[in-house]
Amino acid sequence: MAGITLKGLKKSYGTAHVIKGVDIDIEDGEFVVFVGPSGCGKSTLLRMIAGLEDISAGELSIGGKVVNDLPPKDRGVAMVFQSYAIFPHMSVRENVGFGLTIAGASKAEKAEKVANAARILQMEHLLDRRPSQLSGGQRQRVAIGRAIVRNPQVFLFDEPLSNLDAALRMDMRLEIGKLHQQLGATMIYVTHDQVEAMTLADKIVVLKDGMVQQIGSPMELYHDPANLFVAGFLGSPAMNFLDVDVTAVNGSKVLVSNAALKPVEITAKVGGFSAGGKAKLGIRPQYLTPVDSGGMLQGRIALTERLGSETVVDLTLGDGTRLIAALARDAVFPIGADLGLTFDAAQAHIFPQ
Amino acid sequence: MAQISQDNRGLRLVVRYSVLCLIAAIFSFPLIFMVVSSLKPSEQLLADAHSFRALLPVGDISLNNYFDAFKRAPVALFVFNSVLVTGVTVIASLALCSVAAFAFTFVNWKGRDLALTVILATLIVPFETIAIPLLLEASKLPWIGLDGITWGWLNSYRVQIVPFIADGLTIYLFVQYFKDLPAELIEAARVEGASWFAIYRRIVMPLSGPVLATAAILKFLAMYNQYLWPIMVTQEEQYRPVMVGLQYFFQLNRAWGEIMAYLSLITVPVLAFYLYLQKAFIASIASTGVKG
Repeated sequence: MAGITLKGLKKSYGTAHVIKGVDIDIEDGEFVVFVGPSGCGKSTLLRMIAGLEDISAGELSIGGKVVNDLPPKDRGVAMVFQSYAIFPHMSVRENVGFGLTIAGASKAEKAEKVANAARILQMEHLLDRRPSQLSGGQRQRVAIGRAIVRNPQVFLFDEPLSNLDAALRMDMRLEIGKLHQQLGATMIYVTHDQVEAMTLADKIVVLKDGMVQQIGSPMELYHDPANLFVAGFLGSPAMNFLDVDVTAVNGSKVLVSNAALKPVEITAKVGGFSAGGKAKLGIRPQYLTPVDSGGMLQGRIALTERLGSETVVDLTLGDGTRLIAALARDAVFPIGADLGLTFDAAQAHIFPQ
Repeated sequence: MAQISQDNRGLRLVVRYSVLCLIAAIFSFPLIFMVVSSLKPSEQLLADAHSFRALLPVGDISLNNYFDAFKRAPVALFVFNSVLVTGVTVIASLALCSVAAFAFTFVNWKGRDLALTVILATLIVPFETIAIPLLLEASKLPWIGLDGITWGWLNSYRVQIVPFIADGLTIYLFVQYFKDLPAELIEAARVEGASWFAIYRRIVMPLSGPVLATAAILKFLAMYNQYLWPIMVTQEEQYRPVMVGLQYFFQLNRAWGEIMAYLSLITVPVLAFYLYLQKAFIASIASTGVKG
């Protein structure tokens, strides 16, 4: 069993605090994705779990054992790097079997395990090649092969797909998902790509400035973002935010409006609103619907993008705010025309300002 | 238009090759002069020196100078001594300096940067300034050999080898090269369970062909050309290297033909080593350079 617990984990370089106290519980066999913008500390956190960075404060345990001071090799982890980090002077076979060679495994055992890993990753025909003879996707397979061959308790992936082209990325994403089901091991995956996060994760950890913003299943995060940052970070196109005036508060019901928005009552999931104050209203582009007349919002069409299955409309509201609507069908909207939009208040989010 | 640019390219090529040929000629003239002169008697050698004949094997050509050189000095012994001292120093130096550079580059330890700075600072100290103190120290050092503990290292191979194994320049070359190796390769090996020594032996060294070749050539030349130190520490002929051996030809009657024959002979190991490493150098460049 290899659950992982991070308790008050901190990392500082001199006076620069990169990780500012992170608490995460990861259960055995869970697929957890660390997501966040560049510089949020997600890779540092992963490297701390791997043992490649020292832990400044806090406690890290893997499989119930505190591993703060253990070197990487004694933590039972395998890691796949963004640049693949496969050894250029070794064949694919030697690369995949490297960990076993180091551990002093017998030739027969090594051959069997390497063959098994190659079969799982469908790269039997590549085993005698050199890394320089492989494509990016094949190199990534080798890196994953090297990770699975030692049968580790925990897999760590550091943006493994970001060097691949879009089509290959999707294939490899599906394969990593399959691999997780097949192996049932605990996996931690770092990415800045929210599609990877949403599709792969059992649990997403959103990080910003070295702090956890929210932890939850992809759908919890999508439907119930804890704060403005999480709301804006997940979902594509990103959530629209309107500056609104709070006109009345009744328990969790908050009545808001502004120059471009007709008064609407929103159920708030967090507190901190008072009548006469300001707030941010968040509406996902997918939840906006065009209406012929009497829409809650009125805007002028600045740009449209027709994607076939979806039409993304970029509008400018009366008060100058930009609003994106993603309409779930192909439609033609003339640029410069006025468009009325409505939305389901139950799907809107409100955050204190 | 196409015709003109075609001509231009041809012309540029001619100019480029002419310049390269000129440089090659400048560098090979002394060697040609040395080999050609080694085949001539001293009087003809001096007479030819003022004309192009100096570079041509013409006139009274023979191998007599070589036979005479062997008579005058134990050439084979000197070459053996130099190859032994140089070979052992080069191998030991590559091994020691690469390990030191590995520790300076990849392993975190207290005082690392300061230690490296001190080592690099030794680069600006000329050998001549430490030669005398070093000689005094070497004359007092103990050694455990077949006949028990002896004192003083003078008149031995070790006194010519040990002081030159560790040197700042070689460490610096390795440190600079190691810094350019992708850090993720080292990290991947660490996660895979490799010890520091396994990383050094299985990952870093196999990828270090170019720097090994460069460091080996520099060290070889420096050691093979040693003169001051061996002349200070070897009073006995038995341990003397080739450069000290050159003195034998300047004593009594100076025979230029024999000197040239001797120089030609002692150049052979250098050329052989250079040609050998040139191959290794090119091969190592061809096998690295795989990017992620």
